[in-house]
Amino acid sequence: MTKDVVKEKSMIIQKEMITRIFKDLSTAKETGKKVVYTFVPGNISELILSFDMLPVYPEINALQSGMRKKSGGFILDAEKHGHSEDVCTYVKCDVGMMINGNIGPTGEKIPDPDLLLLSYTGCFTFMKWFETLERLYPGVPVALLHTPYQEGHKITPEMTSYMVKQLKEEVIPKMEKVSGNKYSEEKLKMQLVNSSKVEDYIIKIFDTTKHRPSPIDAYFAGVYYIGPINIGFRGTPGAVTYYEELYKEILLRIEKGLGPITPEGVIEEERFRLVVEGPPNWTHFREFWKLFYDMGAVIVASSYTKVGGVYDMGFRVNPDKPLESLAKYCMNCYTNLSLQQRVELLSKCITEYHADGFLVNSIKSCNSFSAGQLMIMQQLEKQLEIPVGFIESDLVDPRYFSYSNIKNRLESFFQMLEQRKYILKK
Amino acid sequence: MKKYYLGIDLGSTTSKAVIIDEEDRIIGRGITNTRANYTVATEIARLEAIYNARFTILKMKLDDEIQTKPEYRRYINDVESLFQYIQFKRRLDRLNIKFRDIIATSIKNELKETISGYIEGIVKSIGPAILEEYLNHNLGAKNQFFRDMISEKYNKAVTSLGKEFFEPMMLVYDKSITEVENELTEYDFRELVYQSMELLNDKYAGVGETSPEESSVSFDSELNLLKGNFKQVYDSLKGHISFVANMDIHITNMVGTGYGRALLPFPEKSIRSEILCHAFGAHAIFPKTKTVLDIGGQDTKAIQVDSHGLVTSFFMNDRCAAGCGRYLGYIADEFGISLNELGPLAMEATNEVNICSTCTVFAAAEIRELLNVGQKRQDILAGLHRAIVMRAMSLLARSGGVRNEFTFTGGVSRNQAVSKYVSELVRQSYGEDIKINIHPDSIFMGALGGALFARRTQ
Repeated sequence: MTKDVVKEKSMIIQKEMITRIFKDLSTAKETGKKVVYTFVPGNISELILSFDMLPVYPEINALQSGMRKKSGGFILDAEKHGHSEDVCTYVKCDVGMMINGNIGPTGEKIPDPDLLLLSYTGCFTFMKWFETLERLYPGVPVALLHTPYQEGHKITPEMTSYMVKQLKEEVIPKMEKVSGNKYSEEKLKMQLVNSSKVEDYIIKIFDTTKHRPSPIDAYFAGVYYIGPINIGFRGTPGAVTYYEELYKEILLRIEKGLGPITPEGVIEEERFRLVVEGPPNWTHFREFWKLFYDMGAVIVASSYTKVGGVYDMGFRVNPDKPLESLAKYCMNCYTNLSLQQRVELLSKCITEYHADGFLVNSIKSCNSFSAGQLMIMQQLEKQLEIPVGFIESDLVDPRYFSYSNIKNRLESFFQMLEQRKYILKK
Repeated sequence: MKKYYLGIDLGSTTSKAVIIDEEDRIIGRGITNTRANYTVATEIARLEAIYNARFTILKMKLDDEIQTKPEYRRYINDVESLFQYIQFKRRLDRLNIKFRDIIATSIKNELKETISGYIEGIVKSIGPAILEEYLNHNLGAKNQFFRDMISEKYNKAVTSLGKEFFEPMMLVYDKSITEVENELTEYDFRELVYQSMELLNDKYAGVGETSPEESSVSFDSELNLLKGNFKQVYDSLKGHISFVANMDIHITNMVGTGYGRALLPFPEKSIRSEILCHAFGAHAIFPKTKTVLDIGGQDTKAIQVDSHGLVTSFFMNDRCAAGCGRYLGYIADEFGISLNELGPLAMEATNEVNICSTCTVFAAAEIRELLNVGQKRQDILAGLHRAIVMRAMSLLARSGGVRNEFTFTGGVSRNQAVSKYVSELVRQSYGEDIKINIHPDSIFMGALGGALFARRTQ
């Protein structure tokens, strides 16, 4: 493994984007920009941006706190305020961060919300989360966007019109009131044109794992790749530029026959190709990743990178039908899919990207991901006869990351894959 | 030269070694509970497996004679048992020296003489008592650990003394036992075998001199046969014994597994996960195995395997040790009994108590509460055993359930009550037709799997 890590242009662009958005947020009060707190799954950022408001994503703040090793303290502070040990640790980390002055990853203060846009897509904790925020920021208006779960494994016209009705009657009027701007469909359409370009790039980028070696890791690096669309740049020209550049870089890697980049250089030998279900652990992200790349394990697809939108099954926003597009986008998010749809999606990934194994990282405090994971795993094992593995950790609570337990299980899992390859070859 | 393969399983409680030959037959087993460090544990287990292998090879060489003359088998088994006794005795002698050192350095002057006297008495009584068990009660076949044999008798003796002596007596014991247990001594196989044979000559010569009621040597036909011709057996075995004592048991390849595997001085390719090894070992012994439950010292694993013995998925307990061997150890401490007594006591239950806490620590509180309200120890123990098996059942369910055949491995499978509940609950949940395999060598499955891998990857 080569040690020199050269920062690629896309990484520099992303860093600049992050710096910019947190700068804009820290000066929001001076510039008079209104701030909307909302969630990553079903983040209709295009609409927020069309009102010239700034989005804030509490999950992103929580995961950033996790990576900066601050989440442990924040969680303890939230527990002191009465949040039970079993509550989602993103919520507790977020609450703890607010109690401690709401300082973001760049060291600048994140402004208080002017609006809570509660789009609860597949995760019912979101509702409780914003109820808590409502108490922490008394008087803040809440716009509720209820996303119907895909119980019948598809989106019906009634579901779409129900969503559009909410956008028209609940979300847009509240946004108009808070921002003082009128809703402009033209502006929203322009955003969606960009979103649609980004969606195409995202599909192409994550599809490059078909190559051997895969030029990217679709989980550990994948979470960075989905950054711009999930931290406030969905629908912006900046996002298009970023994904264009990223795709170019990846094509170059394919041309050179290079494997994925890791914090310690390029993976020189791709030994195992995996599909991973569930979010990563953020508090020990590097160590967690290292357990994989040290073994030459590359993630060729992951469900987590689809948390802010699923495009694999053909969905794209249609700028000509802006509100319908937003509605369908929300309903299509990964955690809003039925378990059967999740199995189909993962099965497609395993088959198309020629995975050797399927691994679940079960998150102790995340109900929306954990529910049904065992069933998903067992169905995939049965249908595809693929070796499966199961590890447990947490999003941002460092108390639940047991390095030796995870290492022990992963070692067994990799040896299991190796043994299978060896014996089946014979 | 014949090739042999070694598998080492460094568990959290015990370390095991298994030697197999080119036909995958187990020819040697070794086990130790030393916690010195994994290098010493490996060596102790390996040496024991090699001694055991020499006896197995001897029996294989004499297979024809053994078939026709049962007294030969008996004689070799007796030699092996005494071979272990002599090792025990040498350790006891070392322990005695250590006791004296500790008394000299750690006991107050005014107590020195009294404590020395007590300890001398205990040591003197332990030696002959253990010899008797090896000689006449087949202790050698029970894989007993030095610490367990000593502590049972030592603790009993200490409780009969005045309370004021408890602390100094235990201090001397605690400071001495671990050091002796962790000493690595390589014995001269031939020397120990001859000493064993001498001891046996006395035993056989004495057979029948006292009436069965007076003697602890119970009458049996093989023994009776030996009485008449032990000298002849001795003479005819001498040559063979010399042969096996001198033969080079060449370990062609070895594989390490278990929690301590990363510390083994083996190359990376010679280290395998215990999940794979347990599954492979279980599959080798019971080739139709589809689901394996392994309950070890600190974890429980539910493993699904395919028809080649390859693991397709596995599940392990996380963040909680309830339901593992250590839980049983903890419970044994709570009741003040040895680990070996737990299962048999639980089997005596007449009215099993329902235990709610499967947390190791909380269970202790529940036990006290139940004892306070007058529940019988046997009934509480039965409930505890059932509770830990319930946890294993949940793990099995999460791993995809039990498929036919089902093999139960790991040290805990030696506990009769656990085995009983596992069988009961597996049949209850997955049908009466499930074939349940529990092998007496279950504790060695991981090491066996390692040895099997060693042969296949040489």
